[in-house]
Amino acid sequence: MTVSINSIKKGIVIDHIKAGHGIKVYNYLGLDKVDFTVALIKNAPSNKQNKKDIIKIENAMNIDFTVLGLIDPTMTINIIENESIKEKIKLSIPKKVEDVIKCKNPRCVTSVEKNIPHIFLLFDEEKLEYRCQYCDEVYTFSEV
Amino acid sequence: MLEGRHLIEPMDFTNEELDGIFELADSIIEDEKSYMDKCRGKILASLFYEPSTRTRFSFEAAMYRLGGQVIGFSEPSSSSVSKGESIADTIKTVSCYADIAVMRHPKEGAPKVASMYSDIPVINAGDGGHQHPTQTLTDLLTIRRTKGEIGNITIGCCGDLKFGRTVHSLIKALSRYENVKFVLISPSELKIPDYIKREVLEKNGIEYVEAEKLEENMGSLDILYMTRVQKERFFNEEDYIRLKDSYILTPDKMEYAKKDMMVLHPLPRVNEISPEIDSDPRALYFKQAKYGMYVRMALIAKLLGVC
Ligand SMILES: [Zn+2]
Repeated sequence: MTVSINSIKKGIVIDHIKAGHGIKVYNYLGLDKVDFTVALIKNAPSNKQNKKDIIKIENAMNIDFTVLGLIDPTMTINIIENESIKEKIKLSIPKKVEDVIKCKNPRCVTSVEKNIPHIFLLFDEEKLEYRCQYCDEVYTFSEV
Repeated sequence: MLEGRHLIEPMDFTNEELDGIFELADSIIEDEKSYMDKCRGKILASLFYEPSTRTRFSFEAAMYRLGGQVIGFSEPSSSSVSKGESIADTIKTVSCYADIAVMRHPKEGAPKVASMYSDIPVINAGDGGHQHPTQTLTDLLTIRRTKGEIGNITIGCCGDLKFGRTVHSLIKALSRYENVKFVLISPSELKIPDYIKREVLEKNGIEYVEAEKLEENMGSLDILYMTRVQKERFFNEEDYIRLKDSYILTPDKMEYAKKDMMVLHPLPRVNEISPEIDSDPRALYFKQAKYGMYVRMALIAKLLGVC
């Protein structure tokens, strides 16, 4: 028996997620807590990537695309209405990431000062490296 | 225009803006008396969350010599910090009383936080192992006054290059000048961090070599920048014994040096420069400390917009 995940009426399909990253995206979007239909497909065959993950969300959900661009800017987002793609959203790598991740450097001022924004600025686009605006500690998003 | 700006890291200012500070420092050195009233009526808040007598004195003397006054604390236990007040609240309050603030803090990025919430200029006087921009201004002014220019030099940095924040800042700052070459002399455990090699040196196509022994490289240097190597930084006793003497500058090593080489050191020194060197005209570290005060006078005056 096949699971009916192929068509959704209204919602979002996040496609071309790097295999293995699907669960990350799932967690970032808090999909474990929602009560509408969500499908996480792992290791789907893909022409481009060999294997990919896909997430299908049967709901008009407000997504922070900045965060998705950070996890993996190569994935594509399809907004579905009436069972067809209404809009394709291209992700880009955000130049500035605020209050998404925290600096782990114990010498960083963010470890003691409360109520300040945790700001990371893009520093190497190719390697997806971000730098804490306070202490300059470098993070690649894949390790976060 | 530097009026109202902050100095958090050396690269906050362009080379032209730095030149403006150095030119003002030159003219203060030339005729200090005509600057003694420039900051009359102005107050510097000196916020030292960890003790650093040397840097604090340098700033406070600079303000007094400009005719200004100083308020502040020199250890957090005597301040509201011990009551758990945030940096943001401290600087907002201090902004009500003072015209300019200088901050030394053990946490990296603390002065940056202060600058985000401050109505008055904030100067970073050292944040953990991160930045020490006014030391860099001091080093650059010393090089400029002694060599006549900042570019066209081969500079040897010797000692603990891994944790030495003054060296990191200096390399960054020098990378913006023409024809600067580096000889990086350190034990293998204390080599310059990769990110400095990658982002600063290699990215800017700057020539550098890494070495272990000082005397073998002495002859090629126009400047020798010494820093401390502490015994506890070594991973094993053998390496320490093998290398400890190669990082102590002694008169016999100075024999290999050019006649006009400059020896710099951010001070305080422990035993990495033998006191016999002090009388050598090439030893500039005490002069450097004096220039440090003048460059801070120039910086304060510029940020306050009085010169
Ligand atoms: Zn940080």
